[in-house]
Amino acid sequence: MLRTALRNVLAHKARLLMTVLAVMLGVAFVSGTLVFTDTLSNAYSNQSAKSYKDVAVAVTTYPDLENGKKDQGIDARTLKKIQGLDGVASATGRVSGFAGVADPDGKLIGNGWSNTGANFEPGANGEDPAYDFTDGSGPAKAGEIALDRATADKGEYRTGDPVRVATNGPVKEYTLSGVFTTEDGQVNAGGSLVLFDTPVAQKLYLTPGHFKDVTIAADSGTSEQKLLDAVKPLLPKEAEAQTGKELADDQAKMIEEGLSALNQVLLAFAAIALFVGVFLISNTFTMLVAQRTRELALMRAVGASRRQVKRSVLLEAMLVGAIASVVGFVLGLGLATGLRSAMSMFGAKMPAGPLIVSPTAIAAAFAVGVLVTMLAAWLPARRAAKIPPVAAMSSVHAAPTTKSLVVRNSIGGFITLLGAAGILAGAAAGKDGRMLIGAGAFFALIGIIVLIPLLSRPVIALVRPLISKLFGVSGTLAGQNAVRNPRRTGATASALAIGLTLVTGLSVLGVTMGRAVDKMTTDNIKADYMFTMAGGGSLDTSALTALEKVPGVSALSPQTAADFELKGEWAAASGVTPGDVERLINVTPVAGSLDSLAEGAIAVDDKTAKSRGFKVGDSLPVEWADGKKGKLTVGATYKGNEFLSPVLIDQKAVVEHQAKPYIREIWVKTDGGASEANEKALVDALGQNPAISVMDQQDIRNQFGGMINTMLNIMYGLLGMALLIAVLGVINTLAMSVFERQQEIGMLRAIGLDRRRVKTMIRLEAVVISLFGAVIGVGLGTFLGWAIGQTVRDQVPGYALVLPWDRIGVFLLLAAVVGVLAAMWPARSAAKLNMLDAIKAE
Amino acid sequence: MTTTPTATAHRTTAVAARATELSKVYGQGETQVVALDRVTVDFRQGEFTAIMGPSGSGKSTLMHCVAGLDSFSSGSVRIGETELGTLKDKQLTQLRRDKIGFIFQAFNLLPTLTAAENITLPMDIAGRKPDQEWLKTVIDMVGLSDRLSHRPAQLSGGQQQRVAVARALASRPEIMFGDEPTGNLDSRSGAEVLGFLRNSVRELGQTVVMVTHDPSAASYADRVIFLADGRIVDEMLSPTADGVLDRMKEFDSKGRTS
Repeated sequence: MLRTALRNVLAHKARLLMTVLAVMLGVAFVSGTLVFTDTLSNAYSNQSAKSYKDVAVAVTTYPDLENGKKDQGIDARTLKKIQGLDGVASATGRVSGFAGVADPDGKLIGNGWSNTGANFEPGANGEDPAYDFTDGSGPAKAGEIALDRATADKGEYRTGDPVRVATNGPVKEYTLSGVFTTEDGQVNAGGSLVLFDTPVAQKLYLTPGHFKDVTIAADSGTSEQKLLDAVKPLLPKEAEAQTGKELADDQAKMIEEGLSALNQVLLAFAAIALFVGVFLISNTFTMLVAQRTRELALMRAVGASRRQVKRSVLLEAMLVGAIASVVGFVLGLGLATGLRSAMSMFGAKMPAGPLIVSPTAIAAAFAVGVLVTMLAAWLPARRAAKIPPVAAMSSVHAAPTTKSLVVRNSIGGFITLLGAAGILAGAAAGKDGRMLIGAGAFFALIGIIVLIPLLSRPVIALVRPLISKLFGVSGTLAGQNAVRNPRRTGATASALAIGLTLVTGLSVLGVTMGRAVDKMTTDNIKADYMFTMAGGGSLDTSALTALEKVPGVSALSPQTAADFELKGEWAAASGVTPGDVERLINVTPVAGSLDSLAEGAIAVDDKTAKSRGFKVGDSLPVEWADGKKGKLTVGATYKGNEFLSPVLIDQKAVVEHQAKPYIREIWVKTDGGASEANEKALVDALGQNPAISVMDQQDIRNQFGGMINTMLNIMYGLLGMALLIAVLGVINTLAMSVFERQQEIGMLRAIGLDRRRVKTMIRLEAVVISLFGAVIGVGLGTFLGWAIGQTVRDQVPGYALVLPWDRIGVFLLLAAVVGVLAAMWPARSAAKLNMLDAIKAE
Repeated sequence: MTTTPTATAHRTTAVAARATELSKVYGQGETQVVALDRVTVDFRQGEFTAIMGPSGSGKSTLMHCVAGLDSFSSGSVRIGETELGTLKDKQLTQLRRDKIGFIFQAFNLLPTLTAAENITLPMDIAGRKPDQEWLKTVIDMVGLSDRLSHRPAQLSGGQQQRVAVARALASRPEIMFGDEPTGNLDSRSGAEVLGFLRNSVRELGQTVVMVTHDPSAASYADRVIFLADGRIVDEMLSPTADGVLDRMKEFDSKGRTS
């Protein structure tokens, strides 16, 4: 049996090529994903191990700067004590926080989330072991800084140049004293690092004479654990100490968790690709079996049992799967490498490291490749086993199985109804219905795939008159050929339908959400500008005062995180400017008056008021951040929106109790609205601080909309895989059709159909089948998008379903292109058919 | 009798197709096979010609070359006034579509089209409107009026071949070629189809050339050409089945002794 299987594989190389390609792509995706994440995880672990290499024990504290408590962190005395311990080689105090570097154009270098500033702490030899200076030396006085190599290069700064650096206060100009390299993980991942003289850093990030962290190196022969035990008693109670190994392990674990999410997303796409591939493989084997009917019947006639026939087909599938897995795996290695460089091209710098090929990845690739192929070949194998031995003797060309589709249609109809019911029920259930929709979608998709042969006739019948009219005989024949073998048409269209269901569903959702965000912004924001700190940090109070002084500012309000407990429970409150806030953001009072804010009352949004039972006029006990207690009156309730905190209070009241309030954002309205001149005046007033970002309304819309678009584009890219496999499927089906209809095409050629029109006929058949799949996919996808939209509409104010007709149009066009491309080779071979071979009987 | 004593009894009638010094050679050097060896033959308008010969004699090749289905190595072929040797594939296709009718042994019909659609297919391809009166005449002649909306799978083999005859006739071709048109039929259906072919010549003035190896099929023709080893070796006018059979046996024994 093995020999027969092997011979068959070799005899049908061309046909099996499609199957190999489909399996290969799936396997490549799976193995590429696994190798990529393994490699990345290994590189990150090495990186963190390296950055903690010289750290025996690390001490860290979590200072609470906002409430201005004194004496936080590790003071110099404690550090001295640690340094004096037995077995301590060195102990270095560290403070760090946000520091953004401006490039010569005044723009921030880096993305805001990874712009760090820290202290340069030279040891006895004048060097800080964490940093290697390639140029100049560390900052030695207040006006000096050092930069990491990549940041210095990006800003084209050389030692001695003036560099503008923004911390949480105003921007200041420093002199670059040197450029360094480091093993710091964040810097190696593309972040920027500014080193200050220690007293400067302490003043910026903590209080003079105090450190946030201490890293301790051990003398050789002293164990990390022993050192940890010795250090612990010296520390203030809020400080935490860990060994270097623990830290490295923790970090590695965090990275692992972060990557596993990525892993799952990529594997989900691999699964989709493979699922689509199953149809192609199954189709190929069905055709191979049909083509070999007589051969298989002969085997049965000479004494092969059903099981043997079935096993020979399955064995063939296994061989094909194995070959495809090998090629796919190699391709996957390439994919993993490519993925890494692609990601670094988009700015996500990753630590370097060797490609890690784990046995799990290899095993998974082979298991997936071989099992999927054999699974897909199982039905065709069964069909092969059912071929009666007499078929060997019959001289007629084996007719395609025209077995009744009644059973199949009933099952398909039932599953589809079940799925649709699930989706509808889920949509009706609102936000709890998502699981139901997920399950429903799965069933509906399966059901539709089962039903697709049934659907093919009526759906394609709709376009047949049109293509007949447009393309004459070629069109008529193509339309008829497309519905000739509904099973095959169905299986071919399924691949496209699945891909496009997902793509359309995501597009409908994405575009709908984007539109909702747009509407939300337009409806609720009246301010011309919003200012925020890069990296989500707090704006300095100086920014507030600076902006207030700009002429032409007609309204200005911060949203400052106010930290207090209302009636014993923490409230997400914001300090705002009374009188101005309603001119900047849409605040619609429900009861009471917002004017009461100026008199020290609070305003509460309707949802919070309802859930906590607050009413206008209530007097509520409050405990402020500094521990003081008092009473607050509810002066108004308002209709909440996405841009306002649920509780509002006068900014002045917040500042009274919090020394360094956390200013999330500042809203500004200017005379004459948003204009270049106004924006310049505001930015100038802030000292052209690179770390403060200015957004007008359009920018705010783009920020959300852009995110949605990026996500959609990534999805499109990944689902392109499914499309690729669909193309292979169409090629496969057409090649088979051309092969089966050799005589027919030969006859057509003989009675006068020219080559061009033979090609047109095949091409149109492909386009019709592709479009059929696309229409099914687009329809189902839209339905799904609508259903999922129903579950989120409560959480998204201003939700309204938007059908992205332009995109749907593009999808359909793309499907037609898929058809034309896929038909290229089969159409050519049909046109080249030798008429005489074709019309010779048998 | 004013005619010269040759076999060309209808000398005055025009020639529908003519092959001159026609050769067809497959392969090269030692593996060279000569399928047709300088064959010269006329097919006159309004005549039913049968081409006979043992398998491998080149009878099918001759028909394929004359009908513009196959290329030839040297010589010339004319259909009416058109020289085939200089035509490109596209022009050849058009020629076949507009001037030639075909009936093959099997697979004449598209299974997706009805009988009526199959009959008008060549005209649909050409984008021409069929001549309704002629079409009716043809369909009545083959007796298919009540089967027009059937698909090939719903017709018997004989009926299918009758549809093929109707299709070949429908575009009123200059010449019709049949490649063993009765090869797959039982004798009664075969006789019917051959009867239609003869009627189309006698009553409708068509020209028919048919390749066959069946002497009784050949007896329906006005003239039989015998081929052997790529050459025309004999010709018989107003043949009878027995006469043809005897002649065939002659060749057979000659072939065996030579």
